[in-house]
Amino acid sequence: MKKKHEDRMNRNEKGLLAAMILIIGLLAIGSRGNDRQGSWGQSDRSTPLRGTVTMAGSTSMEPIANALAEGFRNRYPYVMVTAEFTGSSAGIEAVLTGSADIGNSSRRLRPEEKAAGGVEHIVALDGIVIVTDAGNPVRELTKEQLSAIYQGKVRNWQELGGQDRAIVVVGREAGSGTREAFEEYLELEDQCDYANELNSTGAVMARVSSTPGAVGYVSWDVLNDTVAVLAIDGVRPTEEAIRTGRYGLSRPYVMVTKGKVEEQREAVREFFRYLESGEGRALLEKTGVILSDSQ
Amino acid sequence: MFSLCAFTAVAAVFSITLYMIANGVPAIWQVGWKEILFSSVWQPVARDASFGILYVILTSVVGTFLAVLLGVPIGLFTAVFLAEAAPAWLAAVIRPAVELLAGIPSVIYGVLGMMILNPWMYCLEQMLFADSLTHQFTGGANLLSAVIVLAVMILPTVISISEAALRAVPPELKASSLALGASSVETIFRVTIPAARSGILTAVVLGVGRAVGEAMAISLVSGNSVNLPLPFCSVRFLTTAIVSEMGYAGGLHRQVLFTIGLVLFVFIMVINGILSGILKGERQG
Repeated sequence: MKKKHEDRMNRNEKGLLAAMILIIGLLAIGSRGNDRQGSWGQSDRSTPLRGTVTMAGSTSMEPIANALAEGFRNRYPYVMVTAEFTGSSAGIEAVLTGSADIGNSSRRLRPEEKAAGGVEHIVALDGIVIVTDAGNPVRELTKEQLSAIYQGKVRNWQELGGQDRAIVVVGREAGSGTREAFEEYLELEDQCDYANELNSTGAVMARVSSTPGAVGYVSWDVLNDTVAVLAIDGVRPTEEAIRTGRYGLSRPYVMVTKGKVEEQREAVREFFRYLESGEGRALLEKTGVILSDSQ
Repeated sequence: MFSLCAFTAVAAVFSITLYMIANGVPAIWQVGWKEILFSSVWQPVARDASFGILYVILTSVVGTFLAVLLGVPIGLFTAVFLAEAAPAWLAAVIRPAVELLAGIPSVIYGVLGMMILNPWMYCLEQMLFADSLTHQFTGGANLLSAVIVLAVMILPTVISISEAALRAVPPELKASSLALGASSVETIFRVTIPAARSGILTAVVLGVGRAVGEAMAISLVSGNSVNLPLPFCSVRFLTTAIVSEMGYAGGLHRQVLFTIGLVLFVFIMVINGILSGILKGERQG
């Protein structure tokens, strides 16, 4: 009886061992497969461009980074384009320390980041839009009124020509590029009194649309019918108004390199050429961002 | 082979501990532990940055305490019902339901809390603070919502462990109590529950551990502003403080988030210490 038990133990152990060897073997084959792909690229003379382009940074730029990566890969199948979304500051840091080629940032570079060798390329513009729940009759605020709301000085929509309803102040978490751009526009850096600090654009949309009396700010390209859009100082956030700067609450989408584009590896240089080509710009436009005039 | 696998867990705990200390301690030196633990101003990206997490710690303590206060009686009475009173068919309905509750991902609790609980809370909030000029309206995303969600989330832990403890009470004890003329309710409160004391305490401590460590669900329902933990204020827990700002944090801000992780880690360690103390006492007693 005991012997039999031991036998079974042994068999189990052997089975485990076999499984592990199998897994390790598969892994090895997998990595070999990658190698082979590389050597195919080398032998194929008709596609001269090889290499890698690594991006890291803003989650707001995820749609455009993914679209560009995909488009670029279709054009140059032997270039590996990878994109990580770790946040603007982390992306810039990654470029400056050399662990990524391009840092995606939804804010301009700070002086110390420029001093460390960061060079910015404004790829597109993003408007930041003030939204309320769809049932709110208020459709326009002045900049001063908006400031008063976000400082907690005005707490009821009645004071702004709306219904008798409490204002629920919704915003983004500290460190968010959207929050930074918004507070900078109102000159209220770190003075806002939020009732809700949510850590994604989607969460803000969900909270605002489901809470009567809520007000929040989101990226222009995620707008939908579940919320109402407010004009600021009489200017509605249309594509044209954002592009020309008439609607002032906007921020740039920036791709950061360490040193000028000309100093980058060939694959990265080609990526920037692609970005400015008709194909690249069409791709960007399709993702819903606003192309800046300066390009 | 087996010892190698067993060592994986040890290696994981060891490396996590090492990593948390290595990443969490530098900020303590840089900012000062008094400043971090006892200041209530959290402005991590301001020009004159301030990293006080007093309110965050208080929220975790108060929130967890209230959740346990709410969840443990419900859980314990459910366990008593299942172990002592429930007819077989009813127990066959309740037990799988409790097990299912344990299996539901926490994000689902959060989403439901946000969609169902928060609007109710908002109605209540509007009624209670209708005449208040100073109250900041939160749309129902407040401490109370988080406490209710947490209380529901710790139910499965509390129920299954206390039920097992109650079932382990020798039937002779109950029989003698009943034979002495005690009613069945008296027997449950005076005999069965005291006899199962250490098991029930274990359930409570594990429930506390679950509540302290939960992040996803409460980040959706608690509003996430750093405030004193009052029932109708938007609050931020230790866990949600890390979750909500890790994405964009850089430099010292990021390091302080690791320090928050370290504080949380210490909390969990203390809870585990209490747990092993209870289990040890049980073995000796």
